[in-house]
Amino acid sequence: MLLTRTFEEKLASMYRGGRITGGVYVGKGQEAISVACGIFLQKGDIFAPLIRDQAGRSAFGEPLVDVARTYLGSRTGPMRGRDGNIHRGSPRDGQLAMISHLGAMVSVVVGSLMAKRGRGEKNFIGLTAIGEGGMQTGATHEGMNIAAVEHVPLVVVATNNHYAYSTPNDREFACANLVDRARGYGFEGYELDGTDLAQCLDVIGTAVKRARAGRPPQLVVASILRLAGHGEHDDFSYVTDDIRKEPFAIDCLQRTEAFIKERELADAATLQRWREEAAEEVENAFSAAQKEPVPNGEEEDWCAISTRDLVDEIE
Amino acid sequence: MSITYLEAIREAQAKLLRDDKRVFIYGQDVGGSFGGAFKATKGLAKEFPGRVLNTPISEDAMVGTAIGAALEGMRPIVEMQFADFSSIALNQILNNAGTHYWRTNVPIPITVRLPSGGTKGSGPFHSQSMESLYAHYPGLIVMTPATVEDAYTMLIDAVAIDDPVIYCEHKYLYYHLKADSLPNDRMPVGKARIARTGRDLTIVSYSAMLHESLSAAEEIAKEGFEIEVVDLRTVKPLDTAAVLASVARTGRLLAVGESFPWGGVTAEVIARVATEGFHLLDAAPARVNAKDTPIPYHPNLWSTHRPSSRVIAAKARKILRE
Repeated sequence: MLLTRTFEEKLASMYRGGRITGGVYVGKGQEAISVACGIFLQKGDIFAPLIRDQAGRSAFGEPLVDVARTYLGSRTGPMRGRDGNIHRGSPRDGQLAMISHLGAMVSVVVGSLMAKRGRGEKNFIGLTAIGEGGMQTGATHEGMNIAAVEHVPLVVVATNNHYAYSTPNDREFACANLVDRARGYGFEGYELDGTDLAQCLDVIGTAVKRARAGRPPQLVVASILRLAGHGEHDDFSYVTDDIRKEPFAIDCLQRTEAFIKERELADAATLQRWREEAAEEVENAFSAAQKEPVPNGEEEDWCAISTRDLVDEIE
Repeated sequence: MSITYLEAIREAQAKLLRDDKRVFIYGQDVGGSFGGAFKATKGLAKEFPGRVLNTPISEDAMVGTAIGAALEGMRPIVEMQFADFSSIALNQILNNAGTHYWRTNVPIPITVRLPSGGTKGSGPFHSQSMESLYAHYPGLIVMTPATVEDAYTMLIDAVAIDDPVIYCEHKYLYYHLKADSLPNDRMPVGKARIARTGRDLTIVSYSAMLHESLSAAEEIAKEGFEIEVVDLRTVKPLDTAAVLASVARTGRLLAVGESFPWGGVTAEVIARVATEGFHLLDAAPARVNAKDTPIPYHPNLWSTHRPSSRVIAAKARKILRE
């Protein structure tokens, strides 16, 4: 959580300094949920993160330098300057590369899980993240339904951050509670307070265990307030003062720090050392990525298919 | 023995399921004893238990699931009930499967079967030809087999290809087209075929329109002109060299396709010949497409909406007179 927050603060400051091309999307306020998504996953599992899941991506093993490389367009990075920011992934390692169209990755995870089952693999699960905004797309509906029909070990973690870009919940959906949909799809559903790390670990950890044990697909609906804009270009002035006072508007990182202090799990010096270590790791990631070559349009391999002899040649 | 275009598609899938454990078929009504709306998978669910699976009416999720399975090493075949309904899956096909190799260096070997094209009485939502739309987007291979032999071998090729393949099978050809047997040999993917040799005009076509074009050529032959008919076989990649070679022999070009006229395969054929082989042309090239309206229900309207051998022959005569 701390590493993600430190990294994304640096990223945002570089964006404001004009050093990042394209958008910057951060998970401020969502780190506790996201880290709980990544931390229970094992090799052989499938993770399809969304735009606010740096903590989960790191917890599942994404090297921080790959994030820096993607934002800086490094030719050495996983996306080689061809796609930026949050669309990165490493599909061969089970980290899928999301597309911007929300809900599209739900059924993709279902297919990967079916293939694993067909091959006779055991003890694997898939986890995908969605928001309350993304839950309103047709793709999410189709994906969740087909997950239940295929009875795959899937966990869907839906974070209600109370805004789809600038649109508040009352213009997004009209059901009393999004978790009620679990029953409609044939999922098992849980709610949690996304500002509370212990609860995130408990509820998401339990959902992962249940999925591994062959229970029906799991839906976890977490509640938080997004503590940043949709992207760094967005001043989130539409967030009302009232909503900022809600319990779900608490910063999960501050709450976790307070918890650590209260329980005396670490002293002030240790906390300070963690901050310094995180800052150093972030600096190392960016300074490594900055040294790498960027792509060149004249030298690029402009080929969208892997079957070279079937490339359509247009003069 | 004779075998239809539809039976060739079924046989190709049976062979694929038999020879390759990675293959499975995913689509609406393809499983059980039903075997698909057109029976292209008849009997396969019984012969290959657990590998021919019915899906909910969820075109987006059908393709998304296939993408995920392909990422894990499978070779899924998705059957759309009608090509028209693949519009619901456009996002998965174009934005997910079509971009994946470019973005991540990991290709997505899925085959999406589209029962395409018009038949009498099918109307606006069960008649569409979508090859032009799919060919427009990067990252996809688009096949349009016009013969029983190609229907068989190209489907086998489609599954072997590491990239996403849109396989447009024509519903009008399902029962109308018959061959004596399944082929042992195959032409390479991406290469056009000279379906009829000639010296006076080149007609470039594919899928069901190949047969309308061949009929038009026979008609015109009675008038003393020999038309060469090129079957593109795949519209992407488009075998520009074969088209140019034919136009070099004839000096005249007519492109015929069943999809809507704006942009598309016929426009692309003419654009390529105009830019790369302008000096070969003795007359302005022309094209015949369906009309720029939704596809009508009534046979009297449909037979006029769709390019017919009569309209193709009329256009051919006009070019030959120039």
